[in-house]
Amino acid sequence: MSLDGSLGIRVNGEHKRVPGGISIVEMLNEIGIDPAKVAVERNLEIVPRSTLSQVCVEDGDDFEIVHFVGGG
Amino acid sequence: MTAQQDIEADSWTVAGRTFTSRLIVGTGKYKSLEENAAAVEASGAEIVTVAVRRVNISDPNQPMLTDYIDPKKITYLPNTAGCFTAEDAIRTLRLAREAGGWNLVKLEVLGEAKTLYPDMRETLRATETLVKEGFEPMVYCVDDPIAAKQLEEAGAVAIMPLGAPIGSGLGIQNRVTIRLIVEGAGVPVLVDAGVGTASDAAQAMELGCDGVLMNTAIAEAKEPVVMARAMKAAVEAGRLAYLAGRMQKRRYADPSSPLAGLI
Repeated sequence: MSLDGSLGIRVNGEHKRVPGGISIVEMLNEIGIDPAKVAVERNLEIVPRSTLSQVCVEDGDDFEIVHFVGGG
Repeated sequence: MTAQQDIEADSWTVAGRTFTSRLIVGTGKYKSLEENAAAVEASGAEIVTVAVRRVNISDPNQPMLTDYIDPKKITYLPNTAGCFTAEDAIRTLRLAREAGGWNLVKLEVLGEAKTLYPDMRETLRATETLVKEGFEPMVYCVDDPIAAKQLEEAGAVAIMPLGAPIGSGLGIQNRVTIRLIVEGAGVPVLVDAGVGTASDAAQAMELGCDGVLMNTAIAEAKEPVVMARAMKAAVEAGRLAYLAGRMQKRRYADPSSPLAGLI
């Protein structure tokens, strides 16, 4: 936690700062990601889509946000 | 039913889902998403394999596969390509299940980057865990009838032996073991990997496989959409030949015209 109340997190390996108190859905919207098209893992645990709007982002969280791409 | 009706109604079922097309195609290595979608259409495939990867957070508005291939019309089969341990594969498929909302998945756990040969110890371990968690894994494996049986016992919903190394296009290297796997299996068997051209796909079907899965053979053809059509025809031809029951081989000639009445 910093003096301005923002949170330091990692998203797909990149450091980011987001405002304190936001939910995961709000974080996704801030980055520009449609929550309906991705899956979210937070500190190695899946966050079910139905709870994305309830779970708050916390300082130090490590997120993986994935989707389907072409593959064999 | 007559043999003719049997052929008309030909379909196969995996984990309770029934499909008419016996060709599953990958969605990697295409020049564009448009070409990819056109190839899937031409192949007649009802299932496509897809990979699970990080969203590019610096440019999240890049075009997405789902914009070109509709997951409501085509079954997405999430794959664990690129995973070298059971843990990585399981983690990937948990995310895939959350992204897609279904349990039917393709498991592959690779042993090394050079051959992309499956690591069967890790594959079996991952299969057991995935089944416990309610997944329905179709499992990529070596062309070994014993390993195939062990996977089936662990709960694999389909057995998918390689015909040759992934992306090699070498064709089916061991017809004997593929046939042994088919004969011994109580779940669908699909040749996965190694197909290079249409005759390879037909050969897999002639051996009695329930289907064929391929990616590079179509994506790296000079004309992928045309090759997709060729593969569709080959899989159908091979299946029909299998159902028809081929003639016995002979060591010497046998004339097709009657010998009686020769002038």
